[in-house]
Amino acid sequence: MNRREVLKLGSLAGAMSLAGVSMRAWAQDKSPIKVGILHSLSGTMAISETSLKDVALMTIDEINRSGGVLGRKIAPVVVDPASNWPLFAERARQLLTQDKVAAVFGCWTSVSRKSVLPVFEELNGLLFYPVQYEGEEMSRNVFYTGAAPNQQAIPAVEYLLSQEGGGAKRIFLLGTDYVYPRTTNRILRAFLLSKGIKESDIEEVYTPFGHSDYQTIVANIKRFAQGGKTAVVSTINGDSNVPFYKELGNQGLKASDVPVIAFSVGEEELRGIDTKPLVGHLAAWNYFMSVRNPTNDKFKKQWAEWAKSQKLPGADKAVTNDPMEATYVGLHMWKQAVEKAGSTDVDKVRAAMIGQKFVAPSGFTLTMDGNHHLHKPVMIGEVRADGQFNVVWRTKGPIRAQPWSPYIEGNKGKPDVVSLHEDLRARVA
Amino acid sequence: MRIPALRWLVCGLLCWHAGAAALTAEDLQALAGDDYASKEQALGALATDPDPRAAALLQALSDGDAAVDAAGRIIIGSGAASADTLAGMPVSEGEAAAAEPIMLNNRLRSLVERGIAARRLFDQDLAQRRAAAEALLANPDARFRPLVERARMTEADPDIKSRLDALWAMSALNDPDPEVQLAAIDLVVARRQPELRDLLRPLAEPSGGHETDARVRAAARAGIASLDRWQWWGDLAATLFSGLSLGSVLLLAALGLAITYGLIGVINMAHGEFLMLGAYATYVVQQAVQRYAPGWFDWYPLLSVPAAFAVAALAGLLIERLVLRHLYGRPLETLLTTFGLSLLMIQAVRMIFGAQNVQVANPGWMTGGIAILPGLILPYNRLIILAFSLAVVALAWAVLNRTRLGLFVRAVTQNRDMAACVGVKTRKVDSYAFGFGAGVAGLGGCALAQIGNVGPDLGQGYIIDSFMAVVLGGVGQLAGTVVGALGLGMASKLIEPFWGAVLAKIAVLVLIVLFIQKRPQGIFALKGRSAEA
Amino acid sequence: MAYRQVLDEAAPQWQKDRRERGAQAGTLPAGSDGPARFELALPERPALLGRRAWIALAVLVAAVGVGVPLCALVLPAGHPLHLSAYGMTLVGKLMCYAIAALALDLVWGYCGILSLGHGLFFALGGYAMGMYLMRSIGRDGHYQSDLPDFMVFLDWKELPWFWHGTEHFAYALLLVILVPAAVAWVFGFFAFRSRVKGVYLSIITQAMTFAAMLLFFRNETGFGGNNGFTDFKRILGFGITQPETRTVLFLTTFAALVLSFLAARAVVTSKLGRVATGIRDAESRLMFLGYSPLGYKLFIWTLSAVLCGIAGALYVPQVGIINPSEMSPVNSIEMAIWVAVGGRGTLFGPIVGAFAVNGAKSVFTTHFAEYWLFFLGAIFVLVPLFLPRGIVGLLRRGRAGDAA
Repeated sequence: MNRREVLKLGSLAGAMSLAGVSMRAWAQDKSPIKVGILHSLSGTMAISETSLKDVALMTIDEINRSGGVLGRKIAPVVVDPASNWPLFAERARQLLTQDKVAAVFGCWTSVSRKSVLPVFEELNGLLFYPVQYEGEEMSRNVFYTGAAPNQQAIPAVEYLLSQEGGGAKRIFLLGTDYVYPRTTNRILRAFLLSKGIKESDIEEVYTPFGHSDYQTIVANIKRFAQGGKTAVVSTINGDSNVPFYKELGNQGLKASDVPVIAFSVGEEELRGIDTKPLVGHLAAWNYFMSVRNPTNDKFKKQWAEWAKSQKLPGADKAVTNDPMEATYVGLHMWKQAVEKAGSTDVDKVRAAMIGQKFVAPSGFTLTMDGNHHLHKPVMIGEVRADGQFNVVWRTKGPIRAQPWSPYIEGNKGKPDVVSLHEDLRARVA
Repeated sequence: MRIPALRWLVCGLLCWHAGAAALTAEDLQALAGDDYASKEQALGALATDPDPRAAALLQALSDGDAAVDAAGRIIIGSGAASADTLAGMPVSEGEAAAAEPIMLNNRLRSLVERGIAARRLFDQDLAQRRAAAEALLANPDARFRPLVERARMTEADPDIKSRLDALWAMSALNDPDPEVQLAAIDLVVARRQPELRDLLRPLAEPSGGHETDARVRAAARAGIASLDRWQWWGDLAATLFSGLSLGSVLLLAALGLAITYGLIGVINMAHGEFLMLGAYATYVVQQAVQRYAPGWFDWYPLLSVPAAFAVAALAGLLIERLVLRHLYGRPLETLLTTFGLSLLMIQAVRMIFGAQNVQVANPGWMTGGIAILPGLILPYNRLIILAFSLAVVALAWAVLNRTRLGLFVRAVTQNRDMAACVGVKTRKVDSYAFGFGAGVAGLGGCALAQIGNVGPDLGQGYIIDSFMAVVLGGVGQLAGTVVGALGLGMASKLIEPFWGAVLAKIAVLVLIVLFIQKRPQGIFALKGRSAEA
Repeated sequence: MAYRQVLDEAAPQWQKDRRERGAQAGTLPAGSDGPARFELALPERPALLGRRAWIALAVLVAAVGVGVPLCALVLPAGHPLHLSAYGMTLVGKLMCYAIAALALDLVWGYCGILSLGHGLFFALGGYAMGMYLMRSIGRDGHYQSDLPDFMVFLDWKELPWFWHGTEHFAYALLLVILVPAAVAWVFGFFAFRSRVKGVYLSIITQAMTFAAMLLFFRNETGFGGNNGFTDFKRILGFGITQPETRTVLFLTTFAALVLSFLAARAVVTSKLGRVATGIRDAESRLMFLGYSPLGYKLFIWTLSAVLCGIAGALYVPQVGIINPSEMSPVNSIEMAIWVAVGGRGTLFGPIVGAFAVNGAKSVFTTHFAEYWLFFLGAIFVLVPLFLPRGIVGLLRRGRAGDAA
């Protein structure tokens, strides 16, 4: 072989080896990124959470179609914790240690979130929690894409007290007996007292889960309303809303007499209720399906098509609601953060998430704040006969969340944003 | 339909107020905007405006038929009957469709209703006038005082006049003349509405308060006491009715179980799922009627009753043939197996219909209620369910005591072997009896669909209560279950006003546990020598 | 006489042997050459465990005692034999369920009382331990207060009376044993004294656990309501998430399982156990013979409740949360299913059943998320139909031909 051939061969070999190396690196980067979906698909919470699983799958499919994340596809890992709180912790641990997912999108009830929180903090995972909740938490391992009380409850009550909302003088706080209504009502009580409403004009009543006979309670509401213009703030959970609203209709309590504003009733819940007697009652969320803007139109169309193509039950009447929108926003923001950070490493993604912006179907641009909560707009909607909501009031722009409510003592002096450094609380020996 | 009414309205108004003022565009401008305060002002003016076009607009707003188009015109009516409010000229369908509906909120809606009611005070039709007077009485508004005064002068019907008098009285309570005040207090008390106590309270304040005349103060105090008594009676009646109503719901839920457990001795943990199947059958019938015969929608519950019975009975027969047949004489295994069946049924329904609740609407004749006292409304749907539960009990009793199948069932219950010796086909009787019990549970589910959720988990909420009712009442006799269920309902509702819903339920459960210690066989025990081996 | 000969020949072998020994020892009365005196001789008391069983148990204890700390703490994380936290908590949970199933088998398989409320005792033990764990969070909670977090945001200013003393581990252990025992004793005393039996008893145990669940769901009751107790930080000063702590908890649970099994076996093979079996088989007859079933039933019932309570207390630190849905009627029915699937009336069966059913549940919810309820329901239907003696019964039948 003469020198030229050696040179040619050598450079060819070198080029090929280089190509081989880069090809191998490139081939490694092509493996899919796993993402966990932790929603109950059976048990009491299946009613609410199944649609969140479907929306997450739809969003992942949309992201994959447009090229994936960092050039890699997202592979969803769906598990069913069956509305069983210890199973939530077990599944979370499995997702993080066995499946090694980059992030988990899941949970609905506060119990489920509190049950998985120690697991995420121990293993330094990332959880995206899409549901409105009672606040009093700000973990460095969770991003809360749902509303804190100051982004839902307080503006709602302000509306009720205002002239436009009916000018209520007495407030009846009715909730299911668990931590979300208890904390929310505590915050609301302090807020109402600060607005000059007397203690005797506030009534607080709790019912157990699955309570179905509201005759006595609605009669009590009627009696309470005799003392002045009354509004009801309902934090009744899930299933019990149906018998409550039916009883309101039965006893002739119209929305124009005693408006009821609910924080846990959305389009999905209204699907199972005869809405004619409910026209005029209110709900407070950060998003309604009836909101008109191009992003929401696209979102709704995408969801309707997905429901049909996946043959989901009830696909012909597919509705979107606030937690679904929050899941959608959360997934997209996570994708943006990963691309900004250039990797799926949790610490890097956490840092990159702060400040992320996304144009949401609510029609506003939402920002992820340093306190791990989104800036969200507040909307008050009135129930229409067709099961949708008329937006009768909205904030001008998104509001920053206050997870540590100033209306609960003991919250003074809490940090305002999540520390990006190692948690300085004394680590256990 | 609206046109003749409009004509009457126009005539009435013209008779009353000659020379209609003109409605101008400025009046309507605010309606097109987004500011609710100015909308309220505009609507307030509209409500008292005698112009007939105002009346038409108010009616359209109430029906949801008013819209504003790009040019700022207010269009009422829909489709082919759209017309411009001011000019009265018809508007094309395309333009009507492109217009944005005018949004009202609760406050504005009630204002619109009151405006319409105020005009109807002068309607020819008695019923309309009465409804109008009721509506105004429910929400007294100072805006309509002149209208009310005028209507009061001209009203002939005594019933309506008394309402109008009450309306007048509410504002006359603060009249300077004590005689007028006394008359007003009498009128107010005659309404028997406890919420009017608040109007009398300032008058009853002891000397040093606003009211100077002692007679008025005394009359006000007496009035308040009288209204208090009416409140007490009303509360008692409400509690009794709600107890009966809850008891009837429990009865419907528990009756099927009383038959399957009481008579055949099968512990059926899947009983709640038969309720659920009945409820879903009702839903399917509703959907079918809505799609194929929408004119008959109001009668779908009548169709759903046999459908619910059939579906549940069929499921019961299947289960009995395939599974329970092999487990007779082993009650504890039956319990566990039926628990597994309940899981299967719930999941199957979840897969077919989805995990979400489905909507079952009350037909027209089941909405609303009778007001036996002002402020105490007995809802029609609960009354009907009460009647329905008694009918189902009657049906069950009839089948058990007046048919051959019932005779065989009773025979098998008392002494299976002897019955077999005499020639009763015990296996067949078991199947039919279980199927019948399941069918009765389906009927229960059909009724439950009208007042509660319909979802895959419907049965889980009723199973504990059903068992309690059956165990309390004692097996072997339907009367036991009736007494047990009604008793449980009444007990819960009587305790609830004092202790709240949760403690009431706990108290009832504890009472049952204690009662069973005292009398293990239940209230209506099976008589006879049936020593348990 | 001839009939004596017939009787002698018809006597069981052990009686013949005894007679021979008696003849050899010279303790038979004179003139007897094998007369068939009526003897009421009790069968031998069975051994606690057979020889093979003792050996197997010893091997198992050695394997777990040495192998588990090795695999969990010594082996590196990537090693295929490494026992991860996930695996340890899963198996630990299964072992707690096995103890509970064992307890239920004591009352159901050997005493004939089907209790559908044993979840209550499990949860009571869990809550007692949970109270201690909540107190040991100290000031590390969200609000840096001496009171547990949930009391702070319920706006309570001081601990309710029944929380005092729970910061001491010994007191908490005492509660774990005494509270389920007390509840069980009171309930059992009234129920068994009125001779409530069979299905009625099962239904009122359901009522009991349902009422307790409603009570604990109330936030005013002082047990954290729906959220229950969670976010534990340390136990006895050791961090609760450390692998060492997890290993110790695992080994403690294993020891509890072995000891409970041996204790149950001791009860069952004793005279008390025989009377209990009599109660199960023919209670009226036993009463006619002069026994009062109340004391026996009450003892076994209370013992079973205590075992369940201990299981619950070991469950809570491993799983990290306790909430009132542990008391739900469905949970208690599931316990009965574990016993039925494994084989009731054999102490080993419920252990197998608990492992099998819960293991299947974990597997199904992971891989067949949409269909796992179908599989579970099918198990619950098919096993009582086709395996009336459970898995253990199947194995025994396979081994011994037809030793029914």
